[in-house]
Amino acid sequence: MIVAKRKPIEEIKELLSGYQKVLNVGCGTCVSVCLVGGEKEVNILNAEIEMSRKMEDNPIEMGAACVERQCDREFLAALDDKVGEYEALMSMACGVGIQFLAERFPDKPVLPAVNTTGLAVNQDIGWYEERCRSCGNCVLGWTAGICPVTMCAKSLYNGPCGGTNKGSCEIHTDQPCAWHMIYERLSQQGRLDLLMKVHPANDWQDIGPRTLIQPGYEKTVEEGQKK
Amino acid sequence: MKSGSNLEKILEAGHFAFTGELGPPRGANAEEVRKKAAFLKGNVDSVNITDNQTAMVRMSSWASCILLLQEGIEPNYQMVCRDRNRLAMQSDILGAYAHGIRNILCLSGDHCKFGDHPQAKGVFDVDSMQLIAMVKQMRDEEKFLSGAELDGAPKMFIGAAANPFADPFEWRVHRLAKKIAAGVDFIQTQCIYNMEKFREYIKQANDMGLTEKAYVLAGVTPMKSVGMAKYMKNKVPGMDVPDEIIQRLQGVDKKKQGEEGIKIAVEQIEEFKEMKGVAGVHLMAIEWEHKVPEIAEMAKVLPRPKVD
Repeated sequence: MIVAKRKPIEEIKELLSGYQKVLNVGCGTCVSVCLVGGEKEVNILNAEIEMSRKMEDNPIEMGAACVERQCDREFLAALDDKVGEYEALMSMACGVGIQFLAERFPDKPVLPAVNTTGLAVNQDIGWYEERCRSCGNCVLGWTAGICPVTMCAKSLYNGPCGGTNKGSCEIHTDQPCAWHMIYERLSQQGRLDLLMKVHPANDWQDIGPRTLIQPGYEKTVEEGQKK
Repeated sequence: MKSGSNLEKILEAGHFAFTGELGPPRGANAEEVRKKAAFLKGNVDSVNITDNQTAMVRMSSWASCILLLQEGIEPNYQMVCRDRNRLAMQSDILGAYAHGIRNILCLSGDHCKFGDHPQAKGVFDVDSMQLIAMVKQMRDEEKFLSGAELDGAPKMFIGAAANPFADPFEWRVHRLAKKIAAGVDFIQTQCIYNMEKFREYIKQANDMGLTEKAYVLAGVTPMKSVGMAKYMKNKVPGMDVPDEIIQRLQGVDKKKQGEEGIKIAVEQIEEFKEMKGVAGVHLMAIEWEHKVPEIAEMAKVLPRPKVD
């Protein structure tokens, strides 16, 4: 899922300075599951902001809303009647959701309350580890299901480098070396020959904004553009 | 001859190569480069110029290489994948060759986290293996990585590093094989302290026929003190410093530790001269360039051979 981290309260307050009435919009999907931007977190942040501004003798009214998915027009429509009464919107969704909210309401300033940190797995309650950089060119088939682009600090395609340290990455002893893990798992599977190939310089896909149209839907896009 | 560099000629002629290393200054002080270079002149076949080593900003490798050429010393241009994308790398290689640089050492590079700009974004557009292949393609096929033709190919003698000690140990000789398959002509290893493990590694390389396909230069760094030995053992990733080395340094008076470190290095060089599969030594006297003449003398590698 997409995971995010709340911005420091000082930064959020800086973004909100100058506004007296703001609607904070949470998202009920990924950021809700990773405990950063769901209904509960919206209410907690709002209380914190209102309290802090009140103490500074500069009160602010924070409205609360939470849509099922901020990356979906259908759900954003639920806010259409609400936003008019606010000076600005704050979003606790991932970067995708924040932008779609801003696109829906182009007249309103939209302020992010979280930093999107990546595509991660849930290791335990509140503990998430990044696993995918959505590079657009998946190599997991020959890397034993371990992503070197994400898990290797140098994103090497022909690792491991000379800095492996008893199974750890050179950047930190707590960070396992991706290539060490790949080696171990391929060895276990009897597939080490996969590592002998020199993999050529990568054809990077994430070098500009990408649009994805699934096969069979090209016509829908054409019609949409005409409209 | 692939490049016609002095290092290539020495190795081709079957001489035991002896290369040195110079770290450029943290500033525009060209005099510092010349000062260090003077200690290396005539005592080594080629001098590696590090490329922002340990991710600290220094005078660029190619610029320092040119300073060496002006002093009549052959440089070995180190290039890391951390700081440049494939466009910058290829253009720097062309520029370096145009100025007379004939050796290049292709490296991944230490992670930015270790350096003076830990917030920097590491580039790693290509990795060291891909860099080797790219330089080879530019040299042999006279083409850019994109496939477009070059107007004047850079005929470089291509090198790479190898760390025989980082784990998984069983994989290391295969990684060497991979670098050779990618196109390296010579290898300079990480600093060797664990001789037993290195003997095993080079035997594996010999058995696989690798030392016939590329020249392997054994890396030697003399220890200056017990402190340095402990630091290398505990803090430098991928470094293997056996306790015997530390104990041996501890066994002498503090003022004599440097001398003892040099003695150990000289003993190593003597052994490498006789070791099957080792084509030379790469001496990395870190911030100790002025000791190189003494070490070369003691190791009986002087005078350096001349090959036309």
